[in-house]
Amino acid sequence: MARGHHDIGGMPAGPIDRTEHELSDWELLADAVNQALGAKGIKRTDETRRTREEMDPELYRSLSYYERWIVSMEQILIEKEILTREEIDKKLAEIEKRWGSG
Amino acid sequence: MGKFKPGDRVRVRAEDRPGHIRTPFYIRGKVGTVERVHGEFLNPELLAYGRDGLPKRVLYLVSFNQKEIWEEYGGSPKDRLYADIYEHWLEAAQHKV
Repeated sequence: MARGHHDIGGMPAGPIDRTEHELSDWELLADAVNQALGAKGIKRTDETRRTREEMDPELYRSLSYYERWIVSMEQILIEKEILTREEIDKKLAEIEKRWGSG
Repeated sequence: MGKFKPGDRVRVRAEDRPGHIRTPFYIRGKVGTVERVHGEFLNPELLAYGRDGLPKRVLYLVSFNQKEIWEEYGGSPKDRLYADIYEHWLEAAQHKV
């Protein structure tokens, strides 16, 4: 039986970091966009779960929680032909120019 | 509603198929007891692909002996694990506790 990279219940993981932490603005924004896409009926939670499961395992493990959300939302928007990869990349390049890539 | 009722012994299918599935790895192939029939819900394994999720599937609350799930479990032998599992992931098991 195969297990997906997301399906880690019961695997050894070491101690859990229980310290409180503030969410960054971009994380709050990722959550807001996710909720807006849901409220508008563009995507369902099941679809974003599925796209996270379909990600390259190495990429999945390297991303933080909300980074995974963003990648899955991009994938859904591309699948549904609402945005194209080119449009997303173009916009990102503009923003990086404005704010710097750091 | 549904094929099973509270108290029934059920085995989670040890099925292996690609795509979005709603039954975690650690519970597949294990035998548990139906505790509650939650009702009928759109099938999330179809909703995950933008489909309508029909026909609806019956969802059950199933309990398992922790010791049977985790070989090295060190807690009480009475400890149980509860999981929500859809009917198409369950089959009847022998009545033996």
